[in-house]
Amino acid sequence: MSVFEYAPAPESRSIVTLRSHYGLFVDGEFTDGGGAPLKTVNPATEEVLGEVAVGTDADVDRAVRAARKAFTRVWGPMRPADRGKYLFRIARLLQERAREFAVLETLDNGKPITESRDVDVPLAAAHFFYHAGWADKLEHAGLGPAPRPLGVAGQVIPWNFPLLMLAWKVAPALAAGNTVVLKPAETTPLTALLFAEVCQQADLPPGVVNIVTGAGDTGRAVVEHADVDKVAFTGSTEVGKQIARSVAGTRKALTLELGGKAANIVFDDAPVDQAVEGIVRGIFFNQGHVCCAGSRLLVQESVHDEVIASLQRRIGTLRVGDPLDKNTDVGAINSPEQLARIRELVGIGEAEGAHAWQPEGDLPERGYWHKPTVFTDVTPAHRIARDEVFGPVLSVLTFRTPDEAVAKANNTTYGLSAGIWSEKGSRILAVADQLRAGVVWANTFNQFDPTSPFGGYKQSGYGREGGRTGLRAYLKES
Amino acid sequence: MSERIEVRKTYKLYVGGKFPRSESGRTYSVADGRGHFVANAAKASRKDARDAVVAARAAFAGWSGATAYNRGQVLYRVAEVMEGRAAQFAEEVAAGEGLSAAKARAAVDAAVDRWVWYAGWTDKLAAVLGGTNPVAGPYFDFSVPEPTGVVAVLAPQRSSLLGLVSALAPVLATGCTAVVVSSYQRPLPAITLSEVLATSDVPGGVANLLTGDAAEIGPWLAEHADVDGIDLTGAGTAAMELERSAAGTLKRVLRAPADEPDWTGDPGLSRMTPFLETKTVWHPMGV
Repeated sequence: MSVFEYAPAPESRSIVTLRSHYGLFVDGEFTDGGGAPLKTVNPATEEVLGEVAVGTDADVDRAVRAARKAFTRVWGPMRPADRGKYLFRIARLLQERAREFAVLETLDNGKPITESRDVDVPLAAAHFFYHAGWADKLEHAGLGPAPRPLGVAGQVIPWNFPLLMLAWKVAPALAAGNTVVLKPAETTPLTALLFAEVCQQADLPPGVVNIVTGAGDTGRAVVEHADVDKVAFTGSTEVGKQIARSVAGTRKALTLELGGKAANIVFDDAPVDQAVEGIVRGIFFNQGHVCCAGSRLLVQESVHDEVIASLQRRIGTLRVGDPLDKNTDVGAINSPEQLARIRELVGIGEAEGAHAWQPEGDLPERGYWHKPTVFTDVTPAHRIARDEVFGPVLSVLTFRTPDEAVAKANNTTYGLSAGIWSEKGSRILAVADQLRAGVVWANTFNQFDPTSPFGGYKQSGYGREGGRTGLRAYLKES
Repeated sequence: MSERIEVRKTYKLYVGGKFPRSESGRTYSVADGRGHFVANAAKASRKDARDAVVAARAAFAGWSGATAYNRGQVLYRVAEVMEGRAAQFAEEVAAGEGLSAAKARAAVDAAVDRWVWYAGWTDKLAAVLGGTNPVAGPYFDFSVPEPTGVVAVLAPQRSSLLGLVSALAPVLATGCTAVVVSSYQRPLPAITLSEVLATSDVPGGVANLLTGDAAEIGPWLAEHADVDGIDLTGAGTAAMELERSAAGTLKRVLRAPADEPDWTGDPGLSRMTPFLETKTVWHPMGV
């Protein structure tokens, strides 16, 4: 098939000013960390973007003390409406500096600029705007007439949506009257540090938001600090279990948003073209670095061949490459470690007898890349049907009846999300009712909104983010 | 005239709607508040706990899938049958907890009323905890609370009926099914409650009551991969270790209070929300 070639359409990176060294943000100021700094890299080019401070136990302690002081003296006693005004300011500042955030996110993470520009950054601003309005309406949160904040929240977030996950954590925490110590992911700290500048521009009182960069040890110090009242974590199920173990026996409240292995169920009456768009969005959005990715495609047997042929044709048109190019559909894998894990699971998939397919085309020479990959002939026992790949790898299974689809969809220790494609309303509602998953997308996929609670069943974690339900994670009943 | 010799009861477990002895063959001696022998209660084993989990899992689809109205009526029926047994409950509570007859009767009344209160919640939870979400796009988006699954309840050790009901009824009201380990020293009201449940249209397996030692059975329930949530109220000093075990499968944990609470207070939603999930469903709008 002949196609029109795309001319390069790169987004300028001149809007971003990179610094050679980034500090921790504690008590309203940037400071050095006690640990050996780490380098953060553009995964699309392997260019070192800057050196980032690493917080030690002592640094985390400093941050928690600043957060405690701010909670006790400033943020806690503040009039709720005033807290809301600060959050509105932050939402507006994020909108004002949206392009800068988008470019920086794409540089540090490797995701396509269209996604950081159209999804991550606008949604992050929306989360602050939404929660700003809650700050002086908490008596309507469903937790009694005068719900109280928990205190100091220790929050650890992943690298797949760095700024957006920050917003999901920080906005509800602050709206409810808590102060925070946030640990960004070690490979994607830059937008969190730019967010710290936004806090300064908003004149947010010192200590209300503290950002301590580093790797696993820094995160552990945040989680295990004795003066933290609330722990919120988004990341792997394995680490989530460790955290649940470490807070056992303490007074710390805990919410966990962990892994997933979502089924995306296509019934034989689904409009194939729409379903294919949804399948592509479900698994290749953000390179598949999405906890709720639709990584298990369940296709009704009678339409399997048609759907797969159409899907392969569509994947053949996806543009994999320079994340800053506005025509790019699939960007870079965030880190060499993640690339190695994806390759390992793909290798296991082939060794176990599933059939791998990838589109034609070359990958850039530098950087970390993985082609969109579709496995057919997958059985429920295969590792690629059970383990979270967290990459652009789709496993295709088939079913004959709705009951079988539901049974296969629920046959996982995870329960974060699921998709249903069908034209029949009663079937959609019945299947949605039976799926053990926290978010069900019917005839759509990977939609997010601050008003809409998000979070998992089973080993995908507990607690919700977004909506009135999400506020429960940061308040206690009066 | 000679005095009638009373017919005494054999006290057994309640699993899957039936009353088995412990598979282990073990019993333990239960005494009243003054130390007099009352009964040999079955001492549930690890295997009994696992059997109870199997029964609870098997019952989950039917119970969670029943209409909220139906669940409400079944739970209300439990209260009706409890009321008819009030004298028996009061006697057991008085003997076990060392209460006066009047105080024991007040505890029984409160337990029946608590059950009625929870029966009325089944068809309100969705409206109070769920709703539509005004997302910024052409989608219909709604959230509903759903039961998390099988919940293990380590019942309060002191309050043998009101505490037990206050822990069990909310779990059943959400649509979860339950495996309960009763108060060790005061198991009789739990056994009588089993007989109430068995005659109240509660499907077998929805509530399973084990008499025995929470310190012995608790760890197996906390680890069990087919248990979705655990209420540690009666766990005592083992609570922290059980919470750590529960982390292995990321169970929903209702932590034990520092001291057993006054069960007469209004519990609000605090004993239901830990065992409820929120499911959010999106669908595009368009013609």
